[in-house]
Amino acid sequence: MALLEITDMSVAYGRIEALHGVSLTVEQGELVTLIGANGAGKTTTMRAVSGLRAPSRGSIVFDGKDITRMKPHLRVLEGIIQAPEGRGVFPGMTVTENLEMGCYARTFESKAQHDETLDHVFELFPRLAERRDQVGGTMSGGEQQMLAIGRALMARPRLLLLDEPSMGLAPMIIAQIFRIVSEINAQGTTVLLVEQNAQQALSRSHRAYVLETGNVVRSGPGRELLADPAVKDAYLGVA
Amino acid sequence: MSTSDTPDATSAKATSAKSTSAKATTSRPTSLPPAGRTPVAQRPHAGLGDRLRLWWDALARPTQWAIGVPFILLIAALPVIRPPLLTTVGTDFGSVMAQFGMVALIAIGLNVVVGQAGLLDLGYVGFYAIGAYTVALLTSPDSPWNLTDDWLSNDWAWLACLPVAIAVTAISGLILGSPTLRLRGDYLAIVTLGFGEIVRLLADNLDSVTGGGRGLSQVAYPRVGVSEEHPNGVFSAGNASGTLNAGVWWFWVSIVLIVIALLVVGNLERSRVGRAWVAIREDEDAAEIMGVPTFRFKLWAFVIGAAIGGISGALYAGQVQFVVPTNFNVINSMLFLCAVVLGGQGNKLGVIVGAFVVVYLPNFFLGRTEIFGIPIDGNEIANYKYLFFGLALVLLMIFRPQGLFPARQKLLTYGRELYVAARAAARKVSGAGDGSGRADAVPAVDVATEGDAR
Ligand SMILES: Nc1ncnc2c1ncn2[C@@H]1O[C@H](COP(=O)(O)OP(=O)(O)O)[C@@H](O)[C@H]1O
Ligand SMILES: [Mg+2]
Repeated sequence: MALLEITDMSVAYGRIEALHGVSLTVEQGELVTLIGANGAGKTTTMRAVSGLRAPSRGSIVFDGKDITRMKPHLRVLEGIIQAPEGRGVFPGMTVTENLEMGCYARTFESKAQHDETLDHVFELFPRLAERRDQVGGTMSGGEQQMLAIGRALMARPRLLLLDEPSMGLAPMIIAQIFRIVSEINAQGTTVLLVEQNAQQALSRSHRAYVLETGNVVRSGPGRELLADPAVKDAYLGVA
Repeated sequence: MSTSDTPDATSAKATSAKSTSAKATTSRPTSLPPAGRTPVAQRPHAGLGDRLRLWWDALARPTQWAIGVPFILLIAALPVIRPPLLTTVGTDFGSVMAQFGMVALIAIGLNVVVGQAGLLDLGYVGFYAIGAYTVALLTSPDSPWNLTDDWLSNDWAWLACLPVAIAVTAISGLILGSPTLRLRGDYLAIVTLGFGEIVRLLADNLDSVTGGGRGLSQVAYPRVGVSEEHPNGVFSAGNASGTLNAGVWWFWVSIVLIVIALLVVGNLERSRVGRAWVAIREDEDAAEIMGVPTFRFKLWAFVIGAAIGGISGALYAGQVQFVVPTNFNVINSMLFLCAVVLGGQGNKLGVIVGAFVVVYLPNFFLGRTEIFGIPIDGNEIANYKYLFFGLALVLLMIFRPQGLFPARQKLLTYGRELYVAARAAARKVSGAGDGSGRADAVPAVDVATEGDAR
C-alpha cells in the first residue's frame, strides 16, 4: 500500500477550479517529483496534502488513513510536514527558534533524541549551525531554504513535502540543495518534491508526475520522463 | 538586484562559503521578510528593552524580588509623595494615576492580542465597555438588573461583580472571535472596529436597560475603611480631597491587578502558547503547517485579551461610579493602541510605559500656565492630544517602527518544554502505553500543556 494516495482530487479557489481530478501516489521511501509550468497547480496540490486547502472532490489517504478532511496540525502529528513555497521562515525568530518550531507538534520523548535530531540537521546544513543565533529574516535565500528544510526535518517527517526549494537561488546553491534532498531521501525519508527545475529534479527522483493546468498529463520513472521528447520540449527548455 | 554588493564583497562571500571560516561574512539580507509583516526585531537582543531584559534575566530570583518589590512600592507611593515636577496641576495626581492604572491594564490585555498574536483589534474599547457595563448593570439602582437591592450587599457588590465582568467579557471575546478570527489582516481590523461601535451604540440606544445617554449612576464600589472622615469608605468618589483620596486607593487596586495580569501573561508567553502566538504573528500559514492549531490559539489570545480589558472596565465603573456611552468612544481604542505601539508591541512592560505616556502627558499640560518659567497654555496643548499622539505615531513609524522599547520575546526552550511535559505526565499517571512510536506520546503532552483536547 502506498504511503500517500491521492485519488481524483479537485481543488477550487472560489469558483475557479485549479485541480481537475488529480491522482498520484507516493510509495514508502520514494522520492517523487511533481513538475509543471507556473500555475499548473503544483502548490495547490501541496497545500491540499498539508491541509491548508480543502479539496472539493476526491480523497487523500495517508498510510491507510483517510486524511481528506483532517486539520493541518493533525496531519503534522501523522508525520506530514511541508517546507512551503517561498520558504515560510519565521523572520523574527533565530535559526534555533525556527528549528524548534519544526518539532512544535511532534515533540520528542527525550532531550537526547532532540539533540540527536538537531545535530543531524546541523550536519546536513553546517551553515545553519554557524548561524544558529541569526534571525531568519536576515538570512540569504539559500540559507532560508536550508532553514525551511531543516525545520521540517526537526519533525522527523514520514512524508516531507518540498515546494520549489530551488526557487530564486543561484545554480551552485541549487545543486547543493538537490544533493541534500537526495541524501535525506537516501536516509529513509519519503519525499514529495515540487520543481520547475525539471532537469535536476527528474534525474534524482524515482518517479515523477507532469502537471498541466490542473491535470496529470504524464507520469513515470524520472529518467524515463527525462528522455521523453514531449517533456524535453516543454520543461527542459532545449537551449 | 545586487546593486549594493561590491565585487569585493561578493568574492569574499564566495571564498568564505567554500572554507567554512564564517568570519568576514557581513551577511546582507538578500531577501526581505514578506511584505506587510513587521518582524519584532531584525537583530536579536539589540533594543533597550532587550538589554533590560537580559540584565533582568541574569539576576537571581531573590535579587529580582529584592529589586522588583521596592520598585513597585515606589511607583505605588508616587501619588502619595507627589514629586513636585511630576505632579499634575489641572487634575488631581491621584486620579491621573488611577487612570494610568486602568489604561496600563488595558495595554497589557491589548498587547496579548496585537503584540503577541499579531491580531489587529481596533474595537478593544468594546471589551472595556462590556466590563464596565456588566458591573454597572448589576449594581446600579438605575438598572433593571440591579442586584444590590435584594441579595448583593453594597459593601462587596463590586468585588462580587469583578469575576462576572471577567467572565462576560471573555465570553463576548469568544463570540466575537469565533467567526471573525477566520478573517485575516485588514478584514479583522474592520470587523473589530465595527464591534467597538456596536457595543457603544447598544449602550446608547437600549434606554430601558442601560439608561441610554443618561448612563447608569451609583455603581457599587468596595466599602472599605469607613470612618467619620470617610462615611462611604476610601473608595467612594466622595473621597476626593487630600493626599489619600479615592484615586490613590483605586491606583493601588489596579497595581495589584496589573501584577497578577503580568504574572499570568508572562507565564503564558514563556509556554507553548506564547511560542504559538509568535509563530502566528510572524507567518500564520507557516505556523499552521508546523502543527500549530492557529485558530484555537488566536481565539485564546482574543479571549484572554478581552478578559483583561473587562477587568479594566470593571475598575473604571467602580472608580467613577457612573458609566455613560460617550466614555467608550472608538477614539479610545486608538488611544489604547497608541499605548501599545508606543511602548513596543510584544513587550508587556514597555506597553505599561506607553500607557503612562498616553495618560500622563495630556494631564501634565492640563491647567499648567508655565513650564521652567516659560509661559504656556497647557489646556490648549492638552486639547490637541490626538494631534500630538498622531504625529508621535507617524514619527515612531518612520524612525522606530518597533516602538520605544522593542524586545525580542524569549521563547520556550526545549529543556523547559520537556520539564513541563514531564511534570504534566507525572500528574496524569495514565497507563504508560507502549510508548515506542514517534507520535504516540504526543497527544498526552498536548492535552496537558494546552489544557485543550481536540
Ligand atoms: N489564493 C488563490 N486564489 C485564487 N486562485 C489561486 C490562488 N492560488 C493559486 N491560484 C490559481 O490556481 C492555479 C494553480 O496555482 P498554483 O498551485 O500556485 O500553481 P503552481 O504552484 O504550479 O505555480 C493558478 O491558476 C493560480 O492562479
Ligand atoms: Mg507554486
